[in-house]
Amino acid sequence: MATTFATPPPGASPAPLTLNVPEPEFRPGDTPDFSNAVIPRAGTVRRPPVDVDPQEIRDLAFTIIRVLNRKGEAVGEWAEALDPDVLRKGLRDMLTLRAYDARMMKAQRQGKTSFYMQHLGEEAVSCAFQGALARGDMNFPTYRQAGLLISSGYPLMKMMCQVYSNDGDTARGRQLPVFYSSKEHGFFSISGNLATQYIQAVGWAMGSAIRGDTKIAAAWIGEGATAENDFHAALVFASTYKAPVILNVVNNQWAISTFQGIARGGSGTFAARGLGFGIPALRVDGNDYLAVLAVARWAAERARRNLGPTLVEYVTYRAGGHSTSDDPTAYRPKEESNAWPLGDPVLRLKAHLVAIGEWSDERHVQAEAEAHDTVVSAQREAEAIGTLMSGNLPSPRDMFEDVYAEMPPHLKRQRQESGY
Amino acid sequence: MTHMTMIEAIQNAHDVAMAEDDRVVVFGQDVGFFGGVFRCTAGLQKKYGKSRCFDTPISELGIIGAAVGMAAYGMKPCVEIQFADYMYPAYDQIVSEAARLRYRSAGEFTCPMVVRMPTGGGIYGAQTHSQSPEALFTHVTGLKTVVPSTPADARGLLLSAIADPDPVIVLEPKRIYNGPFDGHHDRPVVSWKKHPLGEVDTAGAPIPLGKAAVRREGEALTVLTYGTMVHVALAAAEETGIDAEIVDLRTLLPVDLDQIVRSVEKTGRCIVLHEATLTCGYGAELVSLVQEHCFYSLEAPVVRVAGWDTPYPHAQEWTYFPGPARVGEAMTRLLQR
Repeated sequence: MATTFATPPPGASPAPLTLNVPEPEFRPGDTPDFSNAVIPRAGTVRRPPVDVDPQEIRDLAFTIIRVLNRKGEAVGEWAEALDPDVLRKGLRDMLTLRAYDARMMKAQRQGKTSFYMQHLGEEAVSCAFQGALARGDMNFPTYRQAGLLISSGYPLMKMMCQVYSNDGDTARGRQLPVFYSSKEHGFFSISGNLATQYIQAVGWAMGSAIRGDTKIAAAWIGEGATAENDFHAALVFASTYKAPVILNVVNNQWAISTFQGIARGGSGTFAARGLGFGIPALRVDGNDYLAVLAVARWAAERARRNLGPTLVEYVTYRAGGHSTSDDPTAYRPKEESNAWPLGDPVLRLKAHLVAIGEWSDERHVQAEAEAHDTVVSAQREAEAIGTLMSGNLPSPRDMFEDVYAEMPPHLKRQRQESGY
Repeated sequence: MTHMTMIEAIQNAHDVAMAEDDRVVVFGQDVGFFGGVFRCTAGLQKKYGKSRCFDTPISELGIIGAAVGMAAYGMKPCVEIQFADYMYPAYDQIVSEAARLRYRSAGEFTCPMVVRMPTGGGIYGAQTHSQSPEALFTHVTGLKTVVPSTPADARGLLLSAIADPDPVIVLEPKRIYNGPFDGHHDRPVVSWKKHPLGEVDTAGAPIPLGKAAVRREGEALTVLTYGTMVHVALAAAEETGIDAEIVDLRTLLPVDLDQIVRSVEKTGRCIVLHEATLTCGYGAELVSLVQEHCFYSLEAPVVRVAGWDTPYPHAQEWTYFPGPARVGEAMTRLLQR
């Protein structure tokens, strides 16, 4: 019997179907213009109680929480009374990270290491966030959160040894540069496979809850990697078990050359990904040190009070390339980072400190010089041990260690065969 | 001593490990309230509470990823993937994360976890409930892989796996969960409870990883095998009357090379037998080891008997499954060379 099909319903379009491939607003050669971007004025977004019903704050997934206004004043319900020393430390952390990046970028160009990834424009996110954590809490970072280490006091020299893969590298030269690890400083060993750490953070937090511990976890991901399955598995597990975890999405607009709209599709925002899971979701100005710190503390308090996970999207901009292997001028206008409407996180915190009479241009210049000197002297120490190209690398014998707790016979044989 | 099924022995191992160490937690799809679709975790939630044994969303990636984080926290997760065929969504977490964490952090973070999964065919499970993916794990450095063939081994190896400081994959041949299977699907099923190999000492010590067991001593040839195929090899030896030595590897990585060499040097002939597909299977590794370490003792080339290089066919299971006829024929052929 011949197959028959129903006739098309009345009104059906005869036009061929087309595929939607989102495109960024501006490409090289265009003049970036963000004047139409909807950015709420600082201080206008409400601060709900931490035990709020997530249903009541769905709007916070679509706005941007901001504290610092154009005059450098801290305004609105999210503005906290902070000790000026805390703010000065925050500014110094960001300056140190910026100086560290500059030196390491240069070191890579000089052939002292293979690769580097800088934070330019995103310094506030990680430097401020660490202020919400306590000793023993654990970050599961991706590769643009070195500010977590710097603000927790991890030695720059040790970070550089990791970048140089020299004999001082705690990872024994096994990891790509910037893939740091420090249990003591709450910084989980970084993986190169995107998003894998997200569900691991949830598992870590579940472990803490099972043990009746008080420690919380923080998961980190870039907006592009939210397309990975691991992100969605993490949201499922975090919401099911109400794990004490802060689920951070750093939206820096660019996943290498791919603009954020490719991963986001039509969902509105990345924060909105949390809504279907009943997870409170906030969107925050990632270039506003005070806003990041305030939102991180809100989310951390929820986790500590056993109220479960929070999803936070940090709206920021990756002013530099993805890595030393990337040339962003090939896919976006050169001027785009300057046109970015949320400004420079360092200058914004500086303006605030000046506005409250706790800082000055002179002190700033001096602080920049101090950050530079600190970084240079750490670099000298690290390079005295060695660089990837100059030698004094970990022993090849180390290559066979730590595959297992105890070396099995076949690896022992291979080590002997290698001559070590 | 008591007789129990492999399922009961696995339950017992969980029970012993959870009683001894409160860091041991068990989770996976259906493992909590229901006790697992094969019942390997039955009773654990009732005895140890919902935070020690619980159900998870249907997300293999989520189960393994959460276990990695939990192990890094300091727990000892022992998780179940309902069928080995379902572990592919989680493969990245197993290979790139669990297996590498100790190495990449130079011991700062470790991943002492166990992933249990039923493997193998012979239950009319077709393509997606019958696979034997051991080669996908033994190729991954940083993992240990074990396959039990008796209830006592299932218990003893699982206890060692849970105690191990590194991630261990436990592949459980589901065809022998309830009784041994010698490849004769048309014979009545024998329960472990009526079989000499079904004896389990519930107070017994763990079975160390990396140690093989000689299931049958012999002089004519050596069969290197594991899991369900141990019983098929025993049947083949009995039916052909060939004096074969059957070595049950029990741990595939690290493998007991000393025992392999001892046996092959004694017999001079070797068959490598597994249920997984032939090409690039674990048997290739065994053949390599034998030729490298026993070459001057060999009187004939090493022979491989394995599943055909096809997906597991539902209607043709008994042709696909290397039964005693195929193994016996290989034995006879090998003796003639």
